[in-house]
Amino acid sequence: MDQKDREILEVLQDNSRLSFEQIAAMLGMDRQDVENRIKELEEKRIIAKYNSLINWEKAGEDVVSAIIEVKVSPQRGAGFDKLAERIYRFPEVRAVYLMSGRYDFSVLIEGTNMKDVAFFVATKLATIDNVLSTATHFVLKKFKQEGVILEDKEEDRRLVISP
Amino acid sequence: MINWSDKLSTTVKNIPPSGIRRFFDLVTETKGVISLGVGEPDFVTPWHVREACIYSLEKGYTMYTSNWGMLELREEIARSLYHNYKVSYEPANEVLVTVGVSEAMDLALRAVVAFGDEVLVPEPCFVSYGPCTSLAGGIPVPIPTTEDNDFRVTAAQIEEKITPKTKALILSYPNNPTGATISREELMEIAKVVKKHDLIVISDEIYDELTYEGTHTCFASLPAMKSRTILLNGFSKAYAMTGWRLGYACGHPEVISHMTKIHQYTIMCAPITAQMAALEALQNGTDEMKKMVAEYDRRRRLVLKGLGEIGLSCFEPRGAFYAFPSVRNTGMTSEEFAEKLLIEAKVAVVPGNVFGANGEGHIRLSYAASVENLTEAIERMGRFISKSGLRSEDLAASG
Repeated sequence: MDQKDREILEVLQDNSRLSFEQIAAMLGMDRQDVENRIKELEEKRIIAKYNSLINWEKAGEDVVSAIIEVKVSPQRGAGFDKLAERIYRFPEVRAVYLMSGRYDFSVLIEGTNMKDVAFFVATKLATIDNVLSTATHFVLKKFKQEGVILEDKEEDRRLVISP
Repeated sequence: MINWSDKLSTTVKNIPPSGIRRFFDLVTETKGVISLGVGEPDFVTPWHVREACIYSLEKGYTMYTSNWGMLELREEIARSLYHNYKVSYEPANEVLVTVGVSEAMDLALRAVVAFGDEVLVPEPCFVSYGPCTSLAGGIPVPIPTTEDNDFRVTAAQIEEKITPKTKALILSYPNNPTGATISREELMEIAKVVKKHDLIVISDEIYDELTYEGTHTCFASLPAMKSRTILLNGFSKAYAMTGWRLGYACGHPEVISHMTKIHQYTIMCAPITAQMAALEALQNGTDEMKKMVAEYDRRRRLVLKGLGEIGLSCFEPRGAFYAFPSVRNTGMTSEEFAEKLLIEAKVAVVPGNVFGANGEGHIRLSYAASVENLTEAIERMGRFISKSGLRSEDLAASG
């Protein structure tokens, strides 16, 4: 990782649809060099995935998200990692973070309705060995996600021509 | 029935209206246009700056400030100039906060220009310098800079135009519309001429932070130049604060106090809300400002490459956020090109002649626009150019 790699990552994080040519032009680099570096960043899983940020609510689809606070007792030898894996392997689980403070894991779950999510927590999550307790917090509204303000398309309010 | 044309001042009547006006109407009437004709950032003022301003309103900061501007702000301005250029101004009597650099330029010219004085104005340049000189009773003397010399004015060109009536020289680097910057060495040569002929320099450095290659030299930081320089700068471009209308002038206490006299009678003081916001920008805005500058730099490179690919030659702009490509190889004038490009390809640019007669043959294109819009606009320009056809010998020349 050098400064050029960092710049490539910055540019891609903002817009992953840029072509190698565009990135090369923007950073004053050779196209082939950009391609090689991106391939390497992908192989190292520094670039983990290219995806889109979708506002499902706006699409009229039913998506329910919940953040679950999970308290666990860590396992001898494996610490939190094994437990985390038990949790993150479920496709319903969108994110798992180990937290400092009052509880251990913060787990983001997505489902099509509240019942689904609650059922998942009760039958799959709470029943894992060493999970001591769970607290489910349903998301009521998403304002900002991944650094993007969802409702706010800031239009260009500038005069079309100015000196 | 009053006859206004008899009543209006001849000086004002003789000032030509801005060349942009007619074009502005044309762009407004056309639908689906991508505009690269905008002379301001496409970023909105950073939130922490807006938030600080809102807070100041909640706290009731709605009154006049000192004519000079808030002392705290003047102190920050002085601190920032010292930090950037090691030039030290006394906040108490060498810094005046104004309503944009536009007002500061007007004040500077009115403070130094006597009737019939000549002011040297390297062109192409921002549209106000000539008219403001005329309004102050002076005579603007254009110095045409050329693409061969990357649109930098030279000491020799300046000296050639000096007469016993020459009072001042306006410098504006990084430059709007060309994107040109100028080196310390070249400025040193200019400084010699300035000293030899006892001139005042009005240096508009509003784009100083937007320097992508090399470092910006503040004219006042050159040996012996501080006392004869009126340094103008502001918050519009670097901090994306155009609509706040806030700038400043720094200089010798004597000229600043006379400028303040005009300011006090015509403006009273710059708006306190804008001053509060500017204070926040200077105190906590550097990181976000640098991010915006990095973003402009990327777009600059993208645009420069794109222009080369569609056959428009363009000298490398090193500052501001404009490219100033030549359209001579299309066989069209600046205005013809800009108008046809607008109607046929729906891309708005500003014809170069608006910025001075020697801007003819060029267009100004602002890359303060999203990467998507820049890419799309250059594609449209490319199709437009290949349809209109380049003159082959020129195409070969432009590579």
